[in-house]
Amino acid sequence: MSELNELSLAEARDGLKAKRFSARELTQAHVAAVERARPLNAYILETPERALGMADASDARIAAGEARPLEGLPLGIKDLFCTEGTRTTAGSKILETFTPHYESAVSANLWRDGAVMLGKLNLDEFAMGSSNETSAYGTVISPWRRNGSEAAIVPGGSSGGSAAAVAAHLCLGATATDTGGSIRQPAAFTGTVGIKPTYGRCSRWGTVAFASSLDQAGPIARTVRDCAILLGSMSGSDARDTTCADLPVPDFEAAVSRGVKGLTIGIPREYRVDGMPAEIQRLWDQGAAWLKEAGATIREISLPHTQYALPAYYIVAPAEASSNLARYDGVRYGLRVPASDIVGLYEKTRAAGFGREVKRRIMIGTYVLSAGYYDAYYVRAQKIRTLIKRDFEQAYAAGVDAILTPATPSAAFGVGEKASADPVEMYLNDVFTVTVNMAGLPGISVPAGLDAQGLPLGLQLIGRPFDEETLFAASQVIEDAAGRVSLPKPWWA
Amino acid sequence: MNAPVNPKKLIKGGLHDWEVVIGMEIHAQITSRSKLFSGASTAFGAEPNAHVSLVDAAMPGMLPVINEECVAQAVRTGLGLKARINLRSVFDRKNYFYPDLPQGYQISQYKDPIVGEGEVLVDLPEGESITVGIERLHLEQDAGKSLHDQAPNLSFVDLNRSGVALMEIVSRPDLRSSEEAKAYVTKLRTILRYLGTCDGDMEKGNLRADVNVSVRRPGEPLGTRCEIKNVNSIRFIGQAIETEARRQIAILEDGGAIVQETRLFDPGRGETRSMRSKEEAHDYRYFPDPDLLPLEFSQDFVDGLAAGLPELPDAKKARFVADFGLSPYDAGVLVAERASADFYEAVAKGRDGKAAANWVINELFGRLNKEGLGIDQSPVSADQLGSIIDLIGEGTISGKIAKDLFEIVWTDGGDPRAVVEARGMKQVTDTGAIEAAVDQIIAQNPDKVAQAREKPTLLGWFVGQTMKATGGKANPAAVNALLKAKLGIA
Repeated sequence: MSELNELSLAEARDGLKAKRFSARELTQAHVAAVERARPLNAYILETPERALGMADASDARIAAGEARPLEGLPLGIKDLFCTEGTRTTAGSKILETFTPHYESAVSANLWRDGAVMLGKLNLDEFAMGSSNETSAYGTVISPWRRNGSEAAIVPGGSSGGSAAAVAAHLCLGATATDTGGSIRQPAAFTGTVGIKPTYGRCSRWGTVAFASSLDQAGPIARTVRDCAILLGSMSGSDARDTTCADLPVPDFEAAVSRGVKGLTIGIPREYRVDGMPAEIQRLWDQGAAWLKEAGATIREISLPHTQYALPAYYIVAPAEASSNLARYDGVRYGLRVPASDIVGLYEKTRAAGFGREVKRRIMIGTYVLSAGYYDAYYVRAQKIRTLIKRDFEQAYAAGVDAILTPATPSAAFGVGEKASADPVEMYLNDVFTVTVNMAGLPGISVPAGLDAQGLPLGLQLIGRPFDEETLFAASQVIEDAAGRVSLPKPWWA
Repeated sequence: MNAPVNPKKLIKGGLHDWEVVIGMEIHAQITSRSKLFSGASTAFGAEPNAHVSLVDAAMPGMLPVINEECVAQAVRTGLGLKARINLRSVFDRKNYFYPDLPQGYQISQYKDPIVGEGEVLVDLPEGESITVGIERLHLEQDAGKSLHDQAPNLSFVDLNRSGVALMEIVSRPDLRSSEEAKAYVTKLRTILRYLGTCDGDMEKGNLRADVNVSVRRPGEPLGTRCEIKNVNSIRFIGQAIETEARRQIAILEDGGAIVQETRLFDPGRGETRSMRSKEEAHDYRYFPDPDLLPLEFSQDFVDGLAAGLPELPDAKKARFVADFGLSPYDAGVLVAERASADFYEAVAKGRDGKAAANWVINELFGRLNKEGLGIDQSPVSADQLGSIIDLIGEGTISGKIAKDLFEIVWTDGGDPRAVVEARGMKQVTDTGAIEAAVDQIIAQNPDKVAQAREKPTLLGWFVGQTMKATGGKANPAAVNALLKAKLGIA
């Protein structure tokens, strides 16, 4: 039964229901896989005892005929979600000693539905990064390698631990968060499926904030269906987050098999960026062709303000982050470096507690909000945001049901390849994904093929507000056409 | 802003007369059970950090949720200030580091406050009154408290107050003297207490003032202002303004210039001193709080609150003048506290309004002030005072006896009517008894009788003797009439 961890989440669910194996067996298989995969550094903290305890409780429920929707399914939790009694670091040294007394809304929803926690997954520090190299707990190594190479590849970021763990079968699915592409880019880099739902679909309560107006939780899993199942449990209204939508949660899993007949898929010409590799263009064309074959109408559209999205994002996100991260001051919890006065305590604590990328963004954010620059940067960036949102609204008003784009401008890169380069080069990874956060729309990344070196590539579908169902339907068509990516053999074990 | 200058309000410098220009920012703690963005209690006086929620402590991932009661209180206050209510307002973050500010920012309202322009009518002594413009009222969070006196080398932080709702009420620079400023704060406090939106308790810090002071030669443009932070009593507000105005005048008359800065008033030393200059001022990096949607409510919500407002002091005063025939001054004294006005109305109901006002203001307030008691602690109830007034009106007791009766009721309590019976304080109206006393006095003082016929003012002496003889219980009108008849005075 050593391959129980290779089941999809839906398969595992059905197997438990049919009592082909127990939740304990399923969890043990994962715990063992997690132990073997320590070289990947996907987990910051493993919680095997808690996992087995939850699994036993699930077995009791199953035996009693009281199984809940995710009963006994082992998941990994991005270490940005606060977990009661389990250390939560946000990938930062400043929270190295922080154990919350509360459970995030999203993870609480998963436990409510019977899921099992395997541990806390690695991430870029405070979710700021596109390669998982900014984590204070070490870089996550992708289970993928280039053909014939042993060079370490990044899993993407910031949800790199989530994506790597899912790809390496170290959990059935994982929670993740996406502020500018942090679910979709690592999903694309690791051959997994990741959806960032509409802003407000999942409560942000109890999730460590990066940029409040952009942050949104979502799942990463190995199939479209698994993502749909997980999102169904993660989402829901929450009076503790006033930006969380008070809407019923649709049956996402049912939407997976809807097909795309009669839908209109937009292809935005502005996403055909300069210097885009030919294989990305080919993948994109292929995706459009698959959807067309399945009955969708393909239409070229224009989203004219796309080119301003990335610079505007790198004003809005750091601005909010500079304020959100002010609470890490060494006074109440987390790291404290003693000093002779309060200003010294702030300076020493924050200098020691934050890494370079976090500091860079705090400084950018502080700068763009400061007197004399606020109008030139922050206010203009907000205006651009409005225009980007309007671009999408106009496309949808003209009859487009979803928009197809590449998920990333390239396949995953090697560890260290971009970490020391100009940070802007790293930021360019988000070029296809940030528009979606700026507009608050749902976006999904689905594996669509491999590049010439054998690394996975993903396509992105962008939907109307609160219409994740169409995204699940359309990405299932791509998943069916592309065939499920055969994940790498465990070279690490 | 350029109203005619009242020469009486000018301050005499060494060289010139100066006009002082004052604007105020009042921080009023909203009366509510829980904090502005969390469910933690706002009760005063708890153990340090007993009323702190995860939100107040700014734990990671915690989010603010607006407390609707605080919004309603701000709207009520706006209505009480005859101000424009903004159906859409925005919460902003004011960013700065301080140990008692856990989030590293205060949630406040910057560009779009919940309440816009309004006004307050302020009565001054000598019957003058001024209208002070209100620029805005916005909602914001209070900070916690740093405690530096608990350990030699450490500071502690108490977050009980952190996140409690404040209204910042910003006036226009319409005040021209420390007296006006004090009267303005007093009036504002009265309005807030009537509305029940702030208890106005300055000792607990529930009402604090930042005072902006500048001086100018009459008719000239506004001078550079200094802001005096956190003045916490009405008396200190007056002292701080006087002190600061004189400091500025001295500098200007010496040929110097005022530096815009934030200053602190030290009541012990009677001086203001620099806290931070404009250059050292924080850059608060205000921006809309992305955790909170804009605050929106309907006109119906506002109308509902307006319908539930109590009668406010200006309206009450006008009604007391019109209905009870009181002087504006007496009416003003009575409406200064809602409890006093209610007390007065209870006494005046069905009785002579002026008599009731005299008794409430002169006897009751006088006695309460002397004992340092509030109206709520009055040992004499409105019913008791009303009975005393009734007993005078009926002629059962004289005004003089009534004062004795008031003292007895104050000290021992009891139903005044029963006290009068029990102690035999009833006025004697039996003319037979009075006549006997009068006859005796006339018989004993033939020389005075002769004089009185020449000099009728001697009647007073006879009245006094008669009252003395009857233990003060004789009805003075009956005594007068009898004496006049017997002495043959017209």
